[in-house]
Amino acid sequence: MRGLASIIVLAVLLGSCGQATRPVTVHAADSPPALLSDWGIVFANGRTFALNEGVTPYDLNTPLFTDYALKLRTVWMPPGASAAYTTDGALDFPVGTIISKTFHYEKSADPEDGSLLAVRADRESALNVDGVLDLDEVALVETRLLVRYDDGWRALPYVWNAAQTDATLEIAGDYRQVSLVDGTEVQNIVYVVPDMNQCSGCHVTDHTAKQLQPIGPKAWQLNREYSWWGNDASQLENWSTRGLLHGFDGDAPAGVRWSAPGDATLAQRARAYLDANCAHCHNPSGAADTSALHLNIDAPLGRLYGVCKPPVAVGRGSGDRPFDIFPGRPEESIMVFRMQHTDPAIAMPELGRSAVHAEGVRLVSDWISTLNGDC
Amino acid sequence: MRTSRLAFLAAVALVAACTREEPAQPDAAAMAFEKQLQTQLITAQPGDVITIPAGVHPISRGLSLNVSGVTIRGEGMDKSILSFAGQLQGAEGLLVNASDFTIEDLAIEDTPGDGLKVNEGRNIIIRRVRTEWTNGPDENNGAYGIYPVQGENVLVEECVAIAASDAGIYVGQSRNVVVRNNRAERNVAGIEIENTFYADVYGNVTNENTGGILVFNMPDLPQPGHSTRVYQNTVVGNNTDNFGAEGTPVASVPAGSGIVINSNDKVEIFDNEVRDNDTANIIISSYYATGWEGMRDMGEEYDPYPETIYIYGNRMSGGGSSPDGLDLKALKVAMFGLNGALPDVLWDGYFNADKVDADGNLLPDYAICVDNGEAEVLNADLPNGSSDIVVGAAQHNCGHEKLAPVALEAPLG
Repeated sequence: MRGLASIIVLAVLLGSCGQATRPVTVHAADSPPALLSDWGIVFANGRTFALNEGVTPYDLNTPLFTDYALKLRTVWMPPGASAAYTTDGALDFPVGTIISKTFHYEKSADPEDGSLLAVRADRESALNVDGVLDLDEVALVETRLLVRYDDGWRALPYVWNAAQTDATLEIAGDYRQVSLVDGTEVQNIVYVVPDMNQCSGCHVTDHTAKQLQPIGPKAWQLNREYSWWGNDASQLENWSTRGLLHGFDGDAPAGVRWSAPGDATLAQRARAYLDANCAHCHNPSGAADTSALHLNIDAPLGRLYGVCKPPVAVGRGSGDRPFDIFPGRPEESIMVFRMQHTDPAIAMPELGRSAVHAEGVRLVSDWISTLNGDC
Repeated sequence: MRTSRLAFLAAVALVAACTREEPAQPDAAAMAFEKQLQTQLITAQPGDVITIPAGVHPISRGLSLNVSGVTIRGEGMDKSILSFAGQLQGAEGLLVNASDFTIEDLAIEDTPGDGLKVNEGRNIIIRRVRTEWTNGPDENNGAYGIYPVQGENVLVEECVAIAASDAGIYVGQSRNVVVRNNRAERNVAGIEIENTFYADVYGNVTNENTGGILVFNMPDLPQPGHSTRVYQNTVVGNNTDNFGAEGTPVASVPAGSGIVINSNDKVEIFDNEVRDNDTANIIISSYYATGWEGMRDMGEEYDPYPETIYIYGNRMSGGGSSPDGLDLKALKVAMFGLNGALPDVLWDGYFNADKVDADGNLLPDYAICVDNGEAEVLNADLPNGSSDIVVGAAQHNCGHEKLAPVALEAPLG
C-alpha cells in the first residue's frame, strides 16, 4: 500500500517537472540566485541528473582528492565565445563562462532514513549512455560554480536537497554525514561543504593578488580522451573542433594521469598528484609560501620541494619527523605523515580531507622510496 | 535486491556500531550562531564591525575573513569566547587574509591547530585577545596562539596567550611590528619574532614558558630578518618542559631559556627583568647549534650566525642553576659545581670566519656586545667541540649604535 502511494507521488513529480527546460543564465555578480536550477547549467528531478544543451562535461588527468567523492565537471561559455589556449595556468576563459563541479557518491545502499552509504572507490565520474547520472545509482551532495565576470571569478557553493531535485546556495557551507563502504569496512566521515571563503582558500592561487582562478582546466590536465565525445581524440582537440577553444595548434603538454602506471613514470605521477592536491597553496606566490614549500609541477626537485627541508611553522604536523621529504624514507617524511592524518592540525590538504586518500598516500610513499641520497 | 540490500545494511550497521565515533553535535542555537557569524564574515563590507556577544560559542569549523577594513569585537577576553574544542575542520580557528584588520576583546580557545592566523595583511591590530588551550601545556595542543605572518605594520597588544605547543604569540616574516604589554605563559615559546624586520617587543610578561622570548631567523623563507628590540619585559621562570613536536624549530629550545636569539642580526636586549630561567637568562646561538637537521643545501643567502647583538642594562639573576640537557648539565657541574650556576648569557660560539679581525675576533660591526654589570658570558665553543670554553665579559665589552624605535605607520602609529 505504501509502495503504491509512493509510485503515485513519483508519477505526479514526473509529470510536473521535466528535465532541462531553462536557458543558461549568467546572473549578476551581486545577486546570485538561491537555487542552482536558475543558472540553467544542470538539472535533477529525483531520478536523473542532466546537463543543459550546450554544457560540456570534461574530466582531468589528475584531480584534487575530496573524500572519495566523484566529481562531474562541466563548462559553459556564451554562444560564440571560446577559451584561449595557454599552458600558463588554466585556460583563459571568456567573461560569462560558468564552470560547474558536482560532487556525488555512488550509493552502496539506499537506507530509508536518508543517510548516505557510499561506495568508497577511487574512480572517475561518468555520465551514462543517455548522458545523465542515474540518481538510483548516485547521490548528489553539492555543486560548486565558478562564474567569470568582468572583474574576475566568483565561487558559489550549492547544496543538493534530500529529494535531489535542486540545490540551494549555502555561502556558509554545510555538513553531510557520509559512510564510506569498502567491502565489509565502513568509515564514517563528516563531509564538509566549503563556505565561500574556503573556495578562495584553494582558488586564490596567488595570495598577494587575491583573485580567484580556476585550478583544474589546465592544458596538461585536459590533455586526455573523454568518453562523452565518442572518439579517441583529446578533450583539447574536441574543444578546438567544436569552437570552444582557440589558439590551440595541437601541441599540448603531456597529460599525466596519477592513477595510470602505464602512462607515465612514478615520479611524474607523484608530482602530478602533488601539483593537483597541494600547489594551489604551495606555490611561490600561494597562501602557503610562508612555509617555503613549493609543490607546483614545474618546481625543481630540491630543498624547496621538500627534499631534506626541515619544517618552519608546522606545529605537531611534523609528526616528530625531520624533513618534508626524506629520500628513500617515506616513514620519516612529514609530507606522508600529514597525508595520513585527518586531525585538522595535521591534515594536508586542509580542506576536503575528512578521509585519508590511501591510494594517494601509497603513490607518494612509493615515489619517496625511490629517491636517493641522504640529508 | 531489496532483501539483500537490507541484509547488507544490517551488516553495515553492526560494523558501524563498533567503529563509529559520532562527532559531538553542537546544539541548534550554537550551530545557528556559528552559521550567522561565518555568514557575516563572508559577506562583510569594508568598515563593518562584527560583534561577538558575551558567552561561550562552540565553533565546529574554521572561520575566515577575506575582506579588508573589518573589525571583530567582543565584550572582553573573558566574556566573549569562541570555543573550538569540537572543531572538525580547518587548520586555524580564525584565518584572516585581509588588511586593515582589527580584532579585540575576545578569546579563542582550544583550537586543534593555530588560534588566530593573519596571513599577508597591512595594518593589523590584535588587541586584548586571549588564545588559550584550557587543558594547559600538552603536546596535542595547537601550534600557535596569535600568528600574524607576512604582515606589515602589525600591533599586538594587551593579549594573553597560554599553552600553545609552539609559540603563544608568533610574528613571522613581517615588517614594522610592535608587540607590547602582552602576557604569554606556559607555551613552548612565549613570544617569537621570526624572519622579521623592525620589531619592538616591550612591556610583556613572559613567564613559565619553555623559552620566554625568541628572536629567530630560519632558512629558506622569503625574507631574512633583523633589527629587533626586546626591552622592559618580565621574563621569569621559563622552566616548563619542552612539549613541542620534534622536528619543529622550537623543539630544540631547552627548558629554562629566558630570551633566545638564534641566527638573527641587530638585536638589542635592554632594561628587562630576566631571572630564574634555569638554563640561562639569555641564549645566543646559531642555526648550527640547534640540532635542526637539513643543513645541506641551506641556500647561500641564508646567514646562520647571530651578529650585531647588544645586551645592556637588564636586571638578571638566578638563572643557569639547572640547565636542560645532559651536555649543559655536565658542563655546569664541571665548571661551576653542583650548587653553581651557568652565567647569565650563553653563546654557542659559532661565528662567521669571513668577518673577523687579525686576532680572529668578530669585526666590531658584527660583535656580540654585553655591557650588563656583573653579567658574564659563557662561550661554549661548540665549533671546536667545546675544547676552549671561555667565561667572562671582557671579550664582549663593546657596544653598538642603538636601534631606532619602530614607528608604526598611520592609522596604527
